[in-house]
Amino acid sequence: MESNGYQGVWTFAEQRNGKLKRVSYEILARGRELADTLGTELTAVCFGHNISEVDQLIAHGADKVYLIDDPALAVNQEDLCAGELARLIRENKPEILLAGATSLGRAFIPRVAAILQTGLTADCTGLDIDAGKKLLLQTRPTFGGNMMATIICKDKRPQMATVRPRVFKKKAPDANRKGQIIKVDFKKEAVTSRTRLLNFVENITESIKLEDADIIVSGGRGLGKPENFKLIEELAEALGAAVGSSRPPVDEGWIPYSHQVGQTGKTVCPKLYFACGISGAVQHLAGMQSSEMIIAINSDPDAPIFDVATYGIVGDLFQVVPLLINKLKCE
Amino acid sequence: MNIIVCIKQVPGTTQVKIDPQTNSLVRQGTKNIINPFDSYALEEGVHLKERFGGKVTALSMGPPQAEEILREAIACGADQAFLVSDRLLGGSDTLATSYTLSRAIRKIADFDLVICGRQTADGDTGQVGPELAETMGLPFVAYVNKIEEVGAGQIRLQRMVEDGYEVIETSLPAMISVVKEINVPRLPSLRGLARAKSAAVIVWTAADIEADMSRIGLNGSATKVIKIFFPNRERRGEKLQGCMEEQVETLVQKLRESRVV
Ligand SMILES: Cc1cc2nc3c(=O)[nH]c(=O)nc-3n(C[C@H](O)[C@H](O)[C@H](O)COP(=O)(O)OP(=O)(O)OC[C@H]3O[C@@H](n4cnc5c(N)ncnc54)[C@H](O)[C@@H]3O)c2cc1C
Ligand SMILES: Nc1ncnc2c1ncn2[C@@H]1O[C@H](COP(=O)(O)O)[C@@H](O)[C@H]1O
Repeated sequence: MESNGYQGVWTFAEQRNGKLKRVSYEILARGRELADTLGTELTAVCFGHNISEVDQLIAHGADKVYLIDDPALAVNQEDLCAGELARLIRENKPEILLAGATSLGRAFIPRVAAILQTGLTADCTGLDIDAGKKLLLQTRPTFGGNMMATIICKDKRPQMATVRPRVFKKKAPDANRKGQIIKVDFKKEAVTSRTRLLNFVENITESIKLEDADIIVSGGRGLGKPENFKLIEELAEALGAAVGSSRPPVDEGWIPYSHQVGQTGKTVCPKLYFACGISGAVQHLAGMQSSEMIIAINSDPDAPIFDVATYGIVGDLFQVVPLLINKLKCE
Repeated sequence: MNIIVCIKQVPGTTQVKIDPQTNSLVRQGTKNIINPFDSYALEEGVHLKERFGGKVTALSMGPPQAEEILREAIACGADQAFLVSDRLLGGSDTLATSYTLSRAIRKIADFDLVICGRQTADGDTGQVGPELAETMGLPFVAYVNKIEEVGAGQIRLQRMVEDGYEVIETSLPAMISVVKEINVPRLPSLRGLARAKSAAVIVWTAADIEADMSRIGLNGSATKVIKIFFPNRERRGEKLQGCMEEQVETLVQKLRESRVV
């Protein structure tokens, strides 16, 4: 679609099981700033069934919410979501659309872009406005996190981007903010889904989710063998932390994929991140380098992880970690 | 079951340099390889063929030397290979690439399933798959980690999501993207290598696939890279001093001061 007459910033407010995802608030926070810079409205679009706290979208910065509440959308049906989002965009013509770079967002937002024949930038970590040209400057890691690229979508609209979770900060809600929740009918007959969700099997792992944890203790290849993850778990327990991993332990089957931090795993941004026996390859750094405080424990003084670590201990983790656990426990 | 696998040739390393004069990427000296994620797509295609019969077609868009990875695909079990290669395709973004691949798939015509990798190691977007599926009007399932069953006009799969996996059924023809958990790619067989030597990789131009010239290459690309730079990595890096006990002591003290612990 060409750029004439497009106005407003939209965010896709993703939910799962009726609960809004954290990234939905994060992009709302950045979306608000972009909308203010452009002097335009911020709209959140939300699909699902019996979604709790839709008004929170307003409290977190939206001027308007388009809500489609329908039993058919209780589970995230990508065919349906793509069709409906494209329809709403055609009808309302926003100039910018942001969505979380989640497994849902990265799978269905490209389809929306293809329907609308517009540009899409994946997995952005930076969003700004070129004030003169009123263009969205979309910055993202590329080449496995080795390089950054800034991308624009000059002529087509909307300018679309998926945004990596945990990059932008969620804002404190303002319950006094005013806004409009607009219920939109689901045009069932317009789109049919050819895929059906038969079952969902949850990973039964740790009690604290990686994405939500304030403290994460991660282990890498330096652990040597699967049993040694026990040590990581013990430290995590002493700290009330979640357990993370670099890729090799996941590849070796020592720990499930859901624990992987990095380029092809999760992006995390805890207050405190422990890297034990992790060298600090760019692909790992890509997922954790914005953590507020990073502690590295590694026997190789030249390991790149020490460049990003707030505090580093050069030493054998099998010596350091038990000492640390002891110290934490006896205080 | 006829399967098309989309594979891309990428630089064998992601350690790239920028030419400060031209501000462009220096890729020389690096060997090109099949995009690692696409080898899982290829393996799954060959594996399905072995289970259910049919043929596997490898498809790539890229410069003439991308023929190498298509030969490699034949060595690993693909029956035929097509390369879409044309100067007019230079500068394609995901929108233009997915359109171009869709034209090629239309020309190949005979398929039940299209498989692609979850993302490339260079472009790294993971968008070409879903955009291609939409352009072709195919159902799309991303991040497939297992194909459970293939029935008449139907396929049942597992796909990874953040907190577990979903079991999904979809009608055929369809398109999927696969993750590395799905299989262990095989090495080329001796017979495969012999076949790869003599097999013909068919090269198509933009005209051969009857592409709309306004939808390919730079013309067909909605996005443009305006700047490439090295990430600004915050260097912190204080190594603690003293014997191990002292270091751990200092660390715990620092953690307490930070009030996180
Ligand atoms: C396309 C692509 C995507 C990728 N995605 C990811 C990703 O999402 N996440 C990820 O993590 N990686 C990813 N990788 C892999 C990445 O490049 C590295 O290979 C990986 O991060 C290395 O993990 P590691 O640090 O645990 O292992 P290594 O690099 O082998 O490092 C092990 C470290 O442990 C130290 N060590 C050994 N013994 C001890 C001991 N007793 N005490 C203390 N220290 C010890 C060693 O000094 C070494 O520094 C990806 C790679 C590619 C190509
Ligand atoms: N030029 C290409 N030729 C063939 N397949 C491609 C090409 N580009 C991307 N693909 C496929 O699309 C997937 C996602 O690519 P990308 O969106 O670039 O990360 C890859 O894993 C390939 O299967």
